[in-house]
Amino acid sequence: MATELPFEKPLVELRVKIDELKRFTEEKGIDMSEEVATLEAKAKTLAESIYRDLKPWQKVQIARHPERPTALDYIRAMCGDFIELHGDRNFRDDPAMVGGVGLFRGRPVTLIGTQKGKDTKDNIHRNFGMAHPEGYRKALRLMKQAEKFQRPVFTFIDTAGAYPGAGAEERGQGEAIARNLIEMAGLRVPVVCVVTGEGGSGGALGLGVADEILMFEHAYYSVISPESAAALLWKDATQGQRAADTMCITAQDLKAFGIVDQIVPEPFGGVQRDRAEAVSALSDAFAQALDRLDALGMDALLERRYDKYRKIGNYREMTEELPKHSVAMQES
Amino acid sequence: MLKDLFPKKRKFATISPNQGAKDRVPEGLMNKCKRCGEILLSRELEKNVKTCPHCGYHFSMTAPERIDATLDEGSFVEFDAHLLTGDPLSFPDYPEKVQKAREMSGLDEAIVSGYGTIAGFPLYIAVMDFRFIMGSMGSVVGERLARTVERATDDGVPVVIFTVSGGARMQEGIFSLMQMAKVSAALRRHADAGRLYIAVCTNPTTGGVTASFAMQGDLNLAEPGAMIGFAGRRIIESTIRQQLPEEFQTAEFLLEHGMLDEVVHRKDMKPYLATVLAMHSKRGEPNGHRTAF
Ligand SMILES: [Zn+2]
Repeated sequence: MATELPFEKPLVELRVKIDELKRFTEEKGIDMSEEVATLEAKAKTLAESIYRDLKPWQKVQIARHPERPTALDYIRAMCGDFIELHGDRNFRDDPAMVGGVGLFRGRPVTLIGTQKGKDTKDNIHRNFGMAHPEGYRKALRLMKQAEKFQRPVFTFIDTAGAYPGAGAEERGQGEAIARNLIEMAGLRVPVVCVVTGEGGSGGALGLGVADEILMFEHAYYSVISPESAAALLWKDATQGQRAADTMCITAQDLKAFGIVDQIVPEPFGGVQRDRAEAVSALSDAFAQALDRLDALGMDALLERRYDKYRKIGNYREMTEELPKHSVAMQES
Repeated sequence: MLKDLFPKKRKFATISPNQGAKDRVPEGLMNKCKRCGEILLSRELEKNVKTCPHCGYHFSMTAPERIDATLDEGSFVEFDAHLLTGDPLSFPDYPEKVQKAREMSGLDEAIVSGYGTIAGFPLYIAVMDFRFIMGSMGSVVGERLARTVERATDDGVPVVIFTVSGGARMQEGIFSLMQMAKVSAALRRHADAGRLYIAVCTNPTTGGVTASFAMQGDLNLAEPGAMIGFAGRRIIESTIRQQLPEEFQTAEFLLEHGMLDEVVHRKDMKPYLATVLAMHSKRGEPNGHRTAF
């Protein structure tokens, strides 16, 4: 049974009513087709009004939808062959981070992603997609392997954040993410990342330094979760909706800021409604990004990647030669 | 000689914050040590670079005080003072918050950056200041850091960054997060050019700053007792539903767990940095050549 989100409730109720009428028609032999048609038209309009203009908080809920495909779902669907590779060669294999080599449209690529579970049991095993340092170190190992064999890297981001646990801190969660940032900045192969669901803070960025950033239409990407922001701002974690409205975290916001390069369209109502369509849209987006990046030489590629991040920032630069606190330096 | 270090002629330099540092010593002649409770005369505290002579507790330091204590006297030249905080998300009350932080700290952002020398060795330096919105990293912090690192790479000299930060500047949203990548990219180029970067974590260094430039040094250093971590202590305790030991996330804890090269007492920091700079210069001398003597 499909999971319904709170704002989908009126639509779900209407669909239940339509089903009842249909059953009534069958069982009692009374023709209700006119009523059914009316309600179906109504349902269509209602769906349009709900999904055409989703609010940030609704997008957050869709982004966290338990039936949204996971990294492995996308990877296996996109690649004819995929070999999963495990472990950071140091501490353990982190099930919240997956990766390996696949053939994407006939071409070998390295694919890495944060991995959520499919059900409660799987989620406990996957730590709800929140990686430990060894997860980020496994990701880096696979990226360096990709560099060695000169194959592009695709990363899939869907995490509430890096895991805030005692062991994670002891083993250097900060250092692990920091290392990925500095290494990805100089990785000598094309890197394309996609935010498929939740882009949660530093834990997302730890896979997110790329030549191009793709983002699904209803995904979100934020420096802090809306709930945590609300807890800090208004001392009330239940005000996530208000925080989501304030923080500009949707794909559309990030595209407008020039941070996200391409929005990947979702099937009506979200990727969980039609996986095949979502996979096909994502595959096309990856292929197009690779075409753009393949056309560049290595130096140009790294220059472009540097410039992409270098120009991100919002500040005012006083144009006059004499800043506020300054005096002319004596020519000596 | 100073001029030779700047390939592009820079017309203006700001007044060294050193000049104002003396005025910012807290009023009153007495301070109580937060750890051992000893009463310390302000004069005594200053003499010990704001550390307790009895228990070694490190009091917090402002960026101007830090620059004063670290660089050769009169050597600091501030850059990029003309960058002012934006408000990309039109975040409620953010401009007012920034204005308040400015008035309270006397700084215009959470970092002061520029050029100076330690024992004659040239370097670029950036020092964060916790008083400015908890030393959080917004676009100006990221931009000043990126420019500082780029200048250091261009001029072929080392960079030292002193961190103290609550992490990201929430009010700048995704722009804040992306500063981590921006500064990392600049440090990548600095490293590729074979240049030295020293990160010094001071109390506290957390969140996105720990997950980027605080942990990317050729040397990662820290002051004794500094709290350094990615996630906050309370978040971890609520996640694992148990109390963490007192020493969790201290500099000494990180040293023991292999995350730091050394924990250096503030009184030893300047000579320590001078030694490291000497070991990374051509002949152990400032500018790689012997000065006349
Ligand atoms: Zn004391």
